[in-house]
Amino acid sequence: MSPETITKQQVSSLTQLLNLREPLATEVTALKTLRDRSEAWVRELAIPTTRDEEWRFTDLSPLLNVEFNTAPSVDVKQSRIETCLLPEAPQSRLVFVNGAYTESLSDVRALPEGVWAGNVSALPPEKQEQLGDYLARHPNHGEVFTALNSASFTDLAIVWVPRGKIVETPLQLMFVASPTDKAMLTQPRCLVVAESNSSLTLVEEYIATTEGCPDSQGVAYFNNAVTEVWLHENADVNHVRLERDNGSAFHIGTTAVTQARDSRYRFHALTLGAQLSRHNIEVHQIGEGTTTTLNGLTLIGKTQTADTHSTVAYNYPNGTANQLHKCIVGDKAHAVFNGRIVVPQAAQMTNASQLNRNLLLSPKARVNTKPQLEIVADNVKCSHGATVSQLEADEVFYLQSRGLDKTTSENLLVDAFAAEILQEVPLESLRKAIAQCVACRVEL
Amino acid sequence: MIVENAPTILSVKNLTSNVEGTQILKGLNLEIKAGEIHAIMGPNGSGKSTFSKILAGHPDYEVTGGEVIYKGENLLELEADDRATAGVFLAFQYPIEIPGVSNLDFLRVAYNSHRKARGLEELDTFDFEDLVEEKLDVVKMRAEFLNRSVNEGFSGGEKKRNEILQMALLEPTLSILDETDSGLDIDALKIVANGVNQLATEDNCTLMITHYQRLLDYIVPDFVHVMYDGRIITSGDKDLALKLEEQGYDWAIEEFATVGV
Ligand SMILES: Nc1ncnc2c1ncn2[C@@H]1O[C@H](COP(=O)(O)OP(=O)(O)OP(=O)(O)O)[C@@H](O)[C@H]1O
Ligand SMILES: [Mg+2]
Repeated sequence: MSPETITKQQVSSLTQLLNLREPLATEVTALKTLRDRSEAWVRELAIPTTRDEEWRFTDLSPLLNVEFNTAPSVDVKQSRIETCLLPEAPQSRLVFVNGAYTESLSDVRALPEGVWAGNVSALPPEKQEQLGDYLARHPNHGEVFTALNSASFTDLAIVWVPRGKIVETPLQLMFVASPTDKAMLTQPRCLVVAESNSSLTLVEEYIATTEGCPDSQGVAYFNNAVTEVWLHENADVNHVRLERDNGSAFHIGTTAVTQARDSRYRFHALTLGAQLSRHNIEVHQIGEGTTTTLNGLTLIGKTQTADTHSTVAYNYPNGTANQLHKCIVGDKAHAVFNGRIVVPQAAQMTNASQLNRNLLLSPKARVNTKPQLEIVADNVKCSHGATVSQLEADEVFYLQSRGLDKTTSENLLVDAFAAEILQEVPLESLRKAIAQCVACRVEL
Repeated sequence: MIVENAPTILSVKNLTSNVEGTQILKGLNLEIKAGEIHAIMGPNGSGKSTFSKILAGHPDYEVTGGEVIYKGENLLELEADDRATAGVFLAFQYPIEIPGVSNLDFLRVAYNSHRKARGLEELDTFDFEDLVEEKLDVVKMRAEFLNRSVNEGFSGGEKKRNEILQMALLEPTLSILDETDSGLDIDALKIVANGVNQLATEDNCTLMITHYQRLLDYIVPDFVHVMYDGRIITSGDKDLALKLEEQGYDWAIEEFATVGV
């Protein structure tokens, strides 16, 4: 194929995806305006190729070979999602199935008075009109898949915590894919607003109703998800994002975070699913003294590709960012990490560290890693690094020489590698479930 | 101690071995009976650590000939973990660090793997902690070392003491100490030696690899062997170590060369 035909296919595929859009579920003017504006923008774009610097290591051509359809509405029984419900979050969950809000599976009785959680209609009219101030306001909202979502979303998942409200019970936000026989496109959109001095723990999950292990293969679908999180002054958000789409799925997701003065954001990105996944993390600072913690664990095998691109962009002084992203890569899987931390002149006294560590479990597993610090300010403390290693034969032997069998020894070492990330996850049930997956992957 | 009619624990005959294509062991013979303490000395690179790793079952070392019989069984057929639960213990010359694995968890899992192999029930966390506290005293280690990652950030001496702590817990039949004394100051050496002496009984045996006579003042060997170029070239009692300390290895090597192979 000549470069020209490639480009043609990239354009027409995007147009096809765009043409799948369905009408908005509500009448809110701000949303309609955003959709129309984004549609016009997407018509100017194409699906990126590996010649695009941002997609150098992740080839999207498998996505082009699938013909996607609109998502069917499916009636999912509570029993199908039962095993995924978090015991720490009773009566505190929102469930979307194939992109549509599912009231019968949702339950927010544990949330305190005054917290809005649900879809757009959960918001009072005056808040609905404010949506335009929050959606697609982050600097990189024109990115092709984010814009595709902005042009196509039909409803929103909303979590809005008013001023000073402390939400004690974690909120579970489930985006369930229930694919039928045809490959479908779903475009979940989520907005989290934590007003000043409020606090929230959020568990955002992408899962599939697949029999057996959730990571096993099933019907292909494309999940193009965008979540925007706003932290007003001194707000505190602890955010877990678990991506467990089925092993045939494509997942492209953006988490865009905007932090006002003195706010604290902790993020735990756990990536296990999808044949091809891309997660964009964007953190933008709109006030000084913010604290940002980004933890990530990618656990992949078979022929999975998982790409994490993160940007933490400073604009004000006295910020702190700590990022630790780990990948455990088995079989013929391929992990990509690209982490940017941008510290311009205005962001004096910034304290930033970034580390990407990769553990390869098989000789055919691959990793591309690129930490990127862009620092102009002179009075800052910044560090970064990346490592790629295999299980050390001498470490395995040391454990074996004390009586642990080979599998137990290897498990212990991989567990130890994952533990640094998992121990920070604020829900015990989730820590255990993922640790179980870690053990399970090693045995494969 | 030499015990009359004691059973043979380890019998090595004509052992040869390659590492990455190069022959390192060239026909090694050694016999150790229950109750005995043996010392192997020899110049750098003569194959002492290689021999100890072969006994412990390191997969990188290929045995090309000879035999190793441990308590009447062919040791070479066992995986490293099965050798460990059968009672073979190697205190490493360079104990490795394992970040992220707590020392206490590691010790418990190791201990329980031995219990399991003997058909005994595993000890729970509480019972195990009681046991390990008791053993800490053998090497005068502080309990805080249990909560750190295995050997991570331990000083050289602390690592060696951690090895002996493991030995105290696992109560091996054949203990191989590869330069456990190297790098220890005199106080640490006394602690380690004292620990080893406490653990030595009529039913087990110890093989020490060392460069220094100093250790043998504290742990008195029944036999001393000189290893050179992948073989044991001469053996004797504890006086041999004194002679080596005074005169070096050259005389033994020369004697060996004139006698021929
Ligand atoms: N993994 C390996 N790969 C290649 N060569 C090795 C390896 N391990 C050991 N050797 C070689 O085998 C020979 C014997 O090494 P070994 O460590 O057994 O000696 P040693 O007697 O323990 O020496 P030292 O007194 O210095 O500890 C040396 O020449 C060493 O370089
Ligand atoms: Mg050695």
